[in-house]
Amino acid sequence: MRSLLRQCMRGLAVAAMVVAVAGTANAQQVVKIGLLATLEGPFAAGGQDGMRGAELAVKQRNGMVAGKKIEIIKASSDAKPDVAVNATRKLVEQDKVDIMVGPLSGSEGIAVKNYSKSQPNITFINGSSGAQATTLQDPSPNFFRFNTEGAQWMVGLGEYAFKDKGYKKMALIAEDYAFPYSQVQGFMTEYCKLGGRVTHKAWVPLGGKDYSSVIAKLPGDVDALLVVLGGADAVNFLTQYEQAGGNKPMVGGSITVDQTVLDFKGKRRESLLGTPAAGPKADHYEGAEWKKFVADYKANFKDGFPIPSLFAFVYYVNMKAALDGLEAVNGDLSGGQAKYREALKNLKLQTPTGVVTLDENRQAIGTTFVTEVAKAADGSFYNKVVKVIPNVNQRLGMSKADFEKVGLGSRDVPNCP
Amino acid sequence: MNAGAGRTAWPRTAAPRPSPAPAETSAHWLRRLGGRVRPRHVLVLLVALAYPLVATPFFTFQVGAQALALGLIALSLTFLAGYGGMVSLAQMTVAGIAGYMYAIFATSGTDISLGWPWWLAVLLALAIATVCGIFIGWFSVRTEGIYTIMITLAIGVAFFYLVQQNYSLFNGFQGFQSVKSPRVLGVEVRDPVPFYYLALFWALAGYFGVQYLLRTPFGVALQGIRDNPRRMAALGFHVTAHRVAAYAVAGLIAAVGGILLVWYNGLVSPGSVGTSWLINILVIAVLGGMRHPIGPFIGAVIFVLLQNFAVDLVDRERFNLLIGGVFLVIVLFSSDGVLGWWAAGSARLRARSAQGRLGRRVEA
Repeated sequence: MRSLLRQCMRGLAVAAMVVAVAGTANAQQVVKIGLLATLEGPFAAGGQDGMRGAELAVKQRNGMVAGKKIEIIKASSDAKPDVAVNATRKLVEQDKVDIMVGPLSGSEGIAVKNYSKSQPNITFINGSSGAQATTLQDPSPNFFRFNTEGAQWMVGLGEYAFKDKGYKKMALIAEDYAFPYSQVQGFMTEYCKLGGRVTHKAWVPLGGKDYSSVIAKLPGDVDALLVVLGGADAVNFLTQYEQAGGNKPMVGGSITVDQTVLDFKGKRRESLLGTPAAGPKADHYEGAEWKKFVADYKANFKDGFPIPSLFAFVYYVNMKAALDGLEAVNGDLSGGQAKYREALKNLKLQTPTGVVTLDENRQAIGTTFVTEVAKAADGSFYNKVVKVIPNVNQRLGMSKADFEKVGLGSRDVPNCP
Repeated sequence: MNAGAGRTAWPRTAAPRPSPAPAETSAHWLRRLGGRVRPRHVLVLLVALAYPLVATPFFTFQVGAQALALGLIALSLTFLAGYGGMVSLAQMTVAGIAGYMYAIFATSGTDISLGWPWWLAVLLALAIATVCGIFIGWFSVRTEGIYTIMITLAIGVAFFYLVQQNYSLFNGFQGFQSVKSPRVLGVEVRDPVPFYYLALFWALAGYFGVQYLLRTPFGVALQGIRDNPRRMAALGFHVTAHRVAAYAVAGLIAAVGGILLVWYNGLVSPGSVGTSWLINILVIAVLGGMRHPIGPFIGAVIFVLLQNFAVDLVDRERFNLLIGGVFLVIVLFSSDGVLGWWAAGSARLRARSAQGRLGRRVEA
């Protein structure tokens, strides 16, 4: 029995060595990139589109960077942080990827960032996760994020609502978790500074269906409502608000005024016109780079969406950063990838929405679009770009000390009743 | 359903332990133990002990240790369902309560955590989770069969929504990130090899503990209650008390698994106690088979391997099909998971060798 066991072990050891040798021989020509998105669970459709975005960045280079073949190894999670870390650990420790791109959602991002600290020789680049804390609190030296996050996406909207729209007093209705907290912080930081007031805050559970009690409590003396709900929830809210006789105009978050809201068929449909919102991309942006990106996406993915989703765009940007950085060092990942990381830090990344650079926490400084619902010639509604705000940073234009005094967004931060 | 009822899936009632004669020495005890140890037991133990020496850190940690921790939680369900006749879906909830309590009392990246010493946090977490397990049992023992499943599922889902929406204690949607695992005598518990042996120790403790308990008067009475509660009540056994006590034991086992899991993941969030995990524990227990306490560990190994490697075998967007397919095949073709195959196989072998002997005798 013993000797049999020993033989088995010897066999395993030999097999492992063969694999290891084969691995090093391969590493000369191939760079392995792990790609993690949610192919199961609530964001499955988004995760699939995220993968399309990342693949597009590889396809645009014909799968080669600096004479090396790019091999993509995919993995899936279901938007839960423990699942995301398990999938990442498998890619890094079992599949031996050189670079990791992912994950998709906020709490996954924080978990993967924490894991990245235990793998100092691998470079981690974000997928589309947008939690503020990922790079603001306890950042990891080998975790990079080339997309802006929830708070940055709302910069410019506060000023637009206050100055251009003339809303001096607002009530807030938002979902009760980290992403809307960030969005509200991005909006209110600017809005409160200009002298606007948010007199009422209603935090509702994610995926709630019944808003009647929330609507009943909304104060009557506000100029507008700030609605930070996911698209389907926003339609539910709008329908019930209309039935309850509500008539205030709306200001939307980054994922509020999506196609489901634009297709809203209720009586108040016309009142949606002029609803401002903000986000990292705008479907009808006229920039040449953006148009090329949309055309490439459509040409490559017949089964994709009519216009690339937020996830496709953000995964594209992060994967492009990974590849551009690789080209900048001519494919050199030696020395624990030190040169590669240095190149990433100094990258001036050309994205479909403008140039992205990184701050000292390796977080993107990028462009935000303020949009407004407008009517197209055929009568359909779309989000028209009204303002493009470049170089938005994660501290929302505040100094480090000022931002730390305020802290991250939460139910009570910021506050200006 | 009824066709399978003939060859019942319940484990046979273990024989009660004969009360030890007063003069029995440790030598006797050892010999009796030796009588029950088979070569396959030694082989499994040796493989389990030697595993980290040959496996990569990934296989040690993510496959080995995770399977042991999940197996321990599923063991608590096997104990309840296989020997007590009560299918509780809330065992992951109990494990999750232990994980959450540890995160609250010990150190994590969140301000809510109290930062108490790890051993105190572990003790408190185990105690609170076990008490919660008792309460869950106390609520659900008056129901039978599908109603037990429903009520425990309801408790599990209620706890999921509680932790998702309560911010002051459970930190809502985010849960607790970067939960610190202890450092004992200069060894980081969460490192692959130490953590594997820690999980193995508790898995063995759970396994032998359950094995022992099944032969005590309590265990035998529990199995009697499973088979015929009315008769046991008529004999003077307190049925409810026995069942609640079974929940207490299962709660403690699940709580230990929960602590291991929170150290393994380094985090605990609503997703860790969501419906999918409640079901996964049942899947693990059923996959392995409920006729023996080794079942949940076999089930956990299959489950973890599939979770990790199904994605490599088939199209990446369709890998859940393979996972579901394997589960379906095992459950369809064996009334009692992998252990059912083992039992059927060894029964056939025994029958064949008996036949062979008979044949030889006839020839002679």
